[in-house]
Amino acid sequence: MAGIIGYGAYIPRNRIRVEEIAKVWGADAPSFKKGLMLEEKSVPSPDQDTITMSVESSKRALKRAGIDAREIGAVYVGSESHPYAVKPSGTVLAEAIGATPAVHTADLEFACKAGTEGMFIALNLVRSGAVKYALAVGADTSQGAPGDALEYSAAAGAAAFVFGAEPLLAEVPETYSYTTDMPDFWRRENMYYPRHGGRFTGDPAYFAHVTGSARGIMAKAGLKPADFKYVVFHQPNGKFPLRVGEILGFTKAQIEPGWLVSKLGNTYSGSSPLGLTATLDIAQAGDLILLVSYGSGAGSDSFVIRVTKRIDEVRDLAPRTRTLLDTNKVYLEYGAYAKFRRKIRKAE
Amino acid sequence: MPTPSRYWREIPQRYRLEAGKCKACGFIAFPPRVICPGCGGREFGPTKLAEAGRLLTHTIIRVPPGPFEDQAPYAVGIAELDDGVRLTAQVVDCDFSCLVVGLRVRLEFRKLSEEGAAGVIYYGYKFVPE
Amino acid sequence: MRDVAIIGVGMTKWGELWDKSLRTIFTETALLALADAGVDKIDSMVVGCMSSGLFVGQEHLASLLADSLGRIPVPAARVESACSSGGLALRQGFMEVASGMSDIVLVGGVEKMTDVTGCEATFALGTAADQEYEGYHGLTFPGLYAMMAVDHMHRHGTTREQLALVAVKNHDNGSRNPLAQFPFKITVEGVLNSVLVADPLRILDCSPITDGAAAVVLAPAELARKMKKPAVRITGSGQATDTIALSSRRDLSWLESTHLAAAKALAMAGRKVQDIHLFEVHDCFTIAEIMVTEALGLVEKGRGGKAVEEGLTARGGRFPVNPSGGLKAKGHPVGATGVAQAVEIVKQLRGEAGDRQIKGARLGLAQNMGGTGGSSVVHVFEAD
Repeated sequence: MAGIIGYGAYIPRNRIRVEEIAKVWGADAPSFKKGLMLEEKSVPSPDQDTITMSVESSKRALKRAGIDAREIGAVYVGSESHPYAVKPSGTVLAEAIGATPAVHTADLEFACKAGTEGMFIALNLVRSGAVKYALAVGADTSQGAPGDALEYSAAAGAAAFVFGAEPLLAEVPETYSYTTDMPDFWRRENMYYPRHGGRFTGDPAYFAHVTGSARGIMAKAGLKPADFKYVVFHQPNGKFPLRVGEILGFTKAQIEPGWLVSKLGNTYSGSSPLGLTATLDIAQAGDLILLVSYGSGAGSDSFVIRVTKRIDEVRDLAPRTRTLLDTNKVYLEYGAYAKFRRKIRKAE
Repeated sequence: MPTPSRYWREIPQRYRLEAGKCKACGFIAFPPRVICPGCGGREFGPTKLAEAGRLLTHTIIRVPPGPFEDQAPYAVGIAELDDGVRLTAQVVDCDFSCLVVGLRVRLEFRKLSEEGAAGVIYYGYKFVPE
Repeated sequence: MRDVAIIGVGMTKWGELWDKSLRTIFTETALLALADAGVDKIDSMVVGCMSSGLFVGQEHLASLLADSLGRIPVPAARVESACSSGGLALRQGFMEVASGMSDIVLVGGVEKMTDVTGCEATFALGTAADQEYEGYHGLTFPGLYAMMAVDHMHRHGTTREQLALVAVKNHDNGSRNPLAQFPFKITVEGVLNSVLVADPLRILDCSPITDGAAAVVLAPAELARKMKKPAVRITGSGQATDTIALSSRRDLSWLESTHLAAAKALAMAGRKVQDIHLFEVHDCFTIAEIMVTEALGLVEKGRGGKAVEEGLTARGGRFPVNPSGGLKAKGHPVGATGVAQAVEIVKQLRGEAGDRQIKGARLGLAQNMGGTGGSSVVHVFEAD
């Protein structure tokens, strides 16, 4: 049985409130807050990017795993904001944690589900016996176009998972992926901001794939919503995960521990992975967790996760997700936010 | 700005804090050296720096050198790490008012600078209040 | 070793010399020194310059300047030790004459700093620090000295006002120096209200960016006597190195290299520091002068700030420091500074310093320093 032997989260400390963004564009803050159930989002400092957050979240995952990084056989970084278009984030990460040179690494992209992509691959490499340990990270410092709806939610964060056969803190007995080709949200090469199909990103995209994936895995595993203690969905805004939970037959209590978006924003490739780290932070031995990601383009990866008693020994070896989310925050005005996010045109 | 090869050569130090410990007198050389400044010895064993310490001194740079033009003002400091080694780095994630001699700090992996929009990105360590 | 004398000095007005190139500045200055010495033929040239490469894209400088001065095929060498390049050039020239290798040696220092932007100049000056472990992290020279100041203030109680008094004193001296870049007085209030560069150092704590050169002509003392020149002898020369990175120092605000270099120079001269009538020291930043006075032994360690307050180093004080105006008021064309210190001391010991004159001055000491004290060069001078 393969599964998770370590996990770690990283969230930058800067925040910007929905009101602050709405003020600049003359938008109606209350309707954004109510409609999307968003209050504030994380903002990376200029010296934080997908690579730096991957390194720090991975170091935290390694602390919980308690293994020698030289034994990691594969490292995957999933993001849609890799700092280089050509030159992997994964090599910097592998070098920083000391997994080089006997390691396989690749960068992944699949909109918001690149993190779970890496988790799918890492898990199966361990299952197949190809590697002893594999590290998968979902990290993003996504950009929302100024004045666009996505500017209220595009946030920054990272979650890292070390997979192995032991010492497990959570078994991962089942996975399932649901994929179709769908132009709901995209960014062309050399374009700075992504574009999206508005309401098209809802029912036919997010909802169809998430429900397709969740139902698929539950059928495959012979499980129903009531069998799970917790469920973590991809969180592009506050409403979607609650609504899809309802559609599938999950309760709010099951969703709640991993529902971070109203205070975090959408961390894209880090979104459902961070929901998972927050859930593992409070889960008990024997709890079943369902993780269902979503990436535009489009696809959804599902995982059945069964927590072991080792979780109690390791959860406090690194900071908890909610501690990172709720403490040590610094609020930015739009000017500082625009400067940090390089939305201000400077001289060549 | 370092050239790609100059940057690459220092990666074990910048990414993993790899240092050399003199086999004769125990002096920790960061970066590693050929000759021990403590006893003149030539043999070193591998070691890594402690990842936390306290600030001995600090300042806020308001007139930056070219590559750091975008970042000013930024804080820098010299910290004595818990293994006795002294290190120079930026201090981030703190209000300037938090800069005091004796502040406990830990090391975090951050982006130092980059060679414009098309050049290499330089990573390394910075101090963050503990 | 033969006795060495300075038989001629030259210096032009320092400042932002937009219409003069590096070679022009040097040549004009060197010609003044040669005229003052009354010699035409030189046996060798030594040039101090920190970074003509980064400032004007020019290396191979000594040969270029020998050419520019119309003195090829004379042997010429450029020496570099960051901001003590000038003092180092003087030391090399001194050794050449003392050893008997050459008779007439032209020693010059020059720096042309305004052909690049402020940020580029800050970067070029920063190359005196550890590139990979200080510069890589965004350190600048004001930043490094600011950290030394914070340590000195924390451990010895030195105050912001005491730092300001160094700048005020040096401007008071510099207001009497027609060649200075900033020949005017300033006030403590003015210093404390000037813009911050690296906390707690403000712009008026910092020596400026300057174009300029200084030159001296060295000869064996015996030859100087035959030529009936009013000679000033270099009686002591000392140099010492220290760690390149500030973080490697045991004591973050003590200048060990200056302490050692001064001991060597004074021992060679057979003098104690209490015998010296005036000092030209390296006040690249106000805190530097305070630390230097301690390292030279003018005051006890830690008391440098108090000493300035008490007037110890004023023009009329027990140990006049920087009667020329120092780097702060005179300017700091990096490679030229060490040679300009010698120019001032020679003028003082000849009795030619006008209303900067320290009465009865017969012994002088120049201290020139590179980086945060990674190198120090000290010379002792005596009037014949």
